[in-house]
Parts: sequence; structure tokens; C-alpha cells
Amino acid sequence: MNPRLTLATAARVLTQVRHDPRTVGLLLVVPALLIGLLAWIFDDTPVFGQVGPAMLGMFPFIVMFLVTSITTLRERRSGTLERLLVLPLGKGDFIGGYAIAFGLLATLQALVAVAWAVWGCGLDIEGSVWLLVLVAVVNGLLGTMLGLLASAFATTEFQVVQFMPVIVAPQILLGGIFLPRERMPEVLQTISDWLPLSYSIDALNLVQSGGDAGEVLGDVLVVAAFALGALVLAALTLRRRTR
Amino acid sequence: MNYSPAVAATGVVVRRGRTEILHGVDVHVPAGQVVGLLGPSGAGKTTLMRAIIGAQRTTSGTIEVLGRPAGHRTLRRELGYMAQSVAVYDDLTVEQNLAYFGRVLGAPKTDVDRVVGEVGLGSVRRNLASRISGGQRSRVSLGIALLGTPRLLVLDEPTVGLDPALRQELWELFARLAEAGTTLLVSSHVMDEARRCDRLLLVREGRIIADDTPDGLLAATGASDHDEAFLRLVERDARAADQDAA
Repeated sequence: MNPRLTLATAARVLTQVRHDPRTVGLLLVVPALLIGLLAWIFDDTPVFGQVGPAMLGMFPFIVMFLVTSITTLRERRSGTLERLLVLPLGKGDFIGGYAIAFGLLATLQALVAVAWAVWGCGLDIEGSVWLLVLVAVVNGLLGTMLGLLASAFATTEFQVVQFMPVIVAPQILLGGIFLPRERMPEVLQTISDWLPLSYSIDALNLVQSGGDAGEVLGDVLVVAAFALGALVLAALTLRRRTR
Repeated sequence: MNYSPAVAATGVVVRRGRTEILHGVDVHVPAGQVVGLLGPSGAGKTTLMRAIIGAQRTTSGTIEVLGRPAGHRTLRRELGYMAQSVAVYDDLTVEQNLAYFGRVLGAPKTDVDRVVGEVGLGSVRRNLASRISGGQRSRVSLGIALLGTPRLLVLDEPTVGLDPALRQELWELFARLAEAGTTLLVSSHVMDEARRCDRLLLVREGRIIADDTPDGLLAATGASDHDEAFLRLVERDARAADQDAA
């Protein structure tokens, strides 16, 4: 890995995104709109306070998963990835470039969504708002890494979009948004212990109820470890030589 | 002057799944020449080129590129490769495409201007790659291969879809590059491009069926043009294969 090449790749990805202002707009505005809708639906009930934080974590995860899986699939299909891999670009530079570029986008998205939820929709947060942003950003990175990995197992855009429900939906269902994980059947509880989103939802709930910051960071570390694991697996799918 | 070959391959076999694509191919590309790799589509030209640049695993045989085994990491700076698919970023401008690949190669910043001039894209350099014509896009792809002044250029059908005037211009560029010491391996399925090469390799069904100069090929087959020479060679090869089978 070479920092100059990693940054050049990140700059290239961001330039590509910049040429697509509609995507940037959707990326920043849609989560806020949906959070606003949620707050409105559950007006006068405590529900928004309970699921709002989890929503803040889910959006960057889902959106970054989609964006990354489709862009990297395009790189694989158009031949630009093959071209890069016969040049002196490290696999780490490629993945790192994407992580930096989409990490920045995820940060921007998280800032807009958190600010809107807290100051626009009156979401009550006992803990630090910055911790909320941190969890959201790490979730975005997790989505990016899983998206990179998923793109290796898809040959068309249709397939890669179908991976979204496969990878995302079970994590949301089992993550404890609908029912606290302690009240699920034991088998499902064990499965949810192995899903990264469970830890981010746990962290978001802790921030909301003003729980221990150390515990929140512990959860964040677990999510980051999953992201790192996905990164390593994704790097293995980048082959300089095809069979 | 360096007289060792730019590419020396012996007995290259490539098998993908159950199909064998190359059946023991020998390739010799002398340094500083333009070598044409000709043959019908599906003959294995692209696979052979990808094996030479180190992107295709070989089942057996050896490939030496610029004196090192194919795929060696030090070769990455010395090879220029243009694939058949236009591998450029559609959502970047022509200039931005060149600048990014140039940075990856560590090529001097002035290379972008040089290459834009060489492939004649000055008028569209600030346009997005998705907004220019197909011929222009393929020239962006060629331009990327020229960045960093590589010693060996491997170009997979660089002139496909271009009008005759542009084809002429590109072949003149190839000749200039060879004069300056670059070795070029250029594939094509248009036989009239054959006469512009210093040497020709004819590929058919995963085998090299001729390795000669353009004039030598005409003399050997008694044909009046390369189209005919190629057809005669193919016929001869097919007949030999039938006799083998019988």
C-alpha cells in the first residue's frame, strides 16, 4: 500500500461522485426525509425515540452497501479494475481509496441525518451526539466493505441489488429494532450475536439512553472488526491473474 | 540497442475450465518492432495477450517479458495494455481519466498533454468520457496505455470501429513509437492492417499457424494480398487437422 496511490484513488472516486450531483443529493436528503416521515408517523408516541437512533445507523449501512457494490461491480465489468491491477496499484490502495471516499460521504450523510433527527425532529439523545455520528460512520464503512465483497459474487447489477435484502434484511430483523434481542428465541439470539448490525444498534440505543461511553466504543470496535474482516475477504477477491 | 526479444514464450497452454484455449503456443516478439497478432475472433488472441501482460494464469509453458517472467511486479511500470473493452471511467473527463492512471503509474504530469496530443483528443479533453464518440473513447483507452512511455505496448484491437483516416493516423503513431524503441504487439482481425506491421503472427484455434514478415507471408503462400494469404493458410491448417483426425 502506498498513501499517494490510496489518496489518488479516493480523489478519483470522489470526482466521479461529484459528476453525479443527483446521487449526492439523494444520498444526503433521502435519509433525512425518511427520518422526518418516521417522526411524523409516530408523533405523540414514544416509538420515534425508541427506533430513531437505530434508523440513523441503518441508512449509512444500506446506502453505502448499495453504492459501493454497484460502483465496484462496474469497475470489475468495464475492465478498469483489470487495468488497475496490471499497473503498480496495490489492492490495499484500491480498497483503501474506496473506504476513504465513501467514508467521507458516509460522514457527511450521518452529519445531515443526525442533525436533522436531533434538532429538526426533536429526537431525545441522553448521550453525546458525536458518538451517534461515530456509530453511523462506522456503519457506513461496514456497508462499503460488505458491498465490495458482494460485488465479487455478482456478475450483473441485478444480482448485486438482490444481495441487499440477503445481507441487510436479516441483520435488521435480528438486530433488536423490532424486538429486544434478549426476548428472541435462543437460536435467533445466538445468530444475532454474530451479525455486526446487532452491535451498532446496541451502541445507538446506549447513546440514546445515556449509557456508558466505554461500552459504546466497545460495540463500535466490534463493528469495525467486522468491517476489517470484510475488507480482508474483499481484498482476496481482487485477483491480478484470472484462471 | 537491445537485441534480446521483448517477449519470448514457449509452449504456452491456457485452460479455462474444461476448454483449452491455447494449445502450446510459441511467441517471439523482437524488441523495437510492430508485431501484428492476427486471426479470426475466438482464435485466442486476447487470451494470449492477457497471458503476456500477466493477467491470465497459464496452465503450462513459460513467458518471458523484457527478460522477466510475465506478471513480474517490476513489469507493471514498463507495460502498456489496452483491452478490447474500453476500460475508462465514464463519469470522469478525458483529462481526469488520463491524470488518474498517470498518477497510479507515477508518470510525469506532462504526460497527460503529450498523450492527448498523440491520440488527437485535444478538442474533447474536458468532456466526460460518456459524452464522446465510441472512437474517441477507444482512443482515451489507448492514451492510458501510452502513459509513462512503456517499453512494451500490448494493444488489443486498438483500431476497431475507427474510420480509415484515423486508423491510418494510429498506425503512423505506432510506427513512430517503434522507431523510438518501443515494442508493440497489436491484435487485429482486419487483414489489410497486416502490411503495416514488421512481423505477423497468425493465430487460429489456439495455435500459431504462421510467424513471418508481411512480404514473407505473401511469398510463402503465393497470395497477392494478406487476406488471401491468411485464407490459404487457414485452409492448409484445416486440411492438416483433418488428416490428423483421419
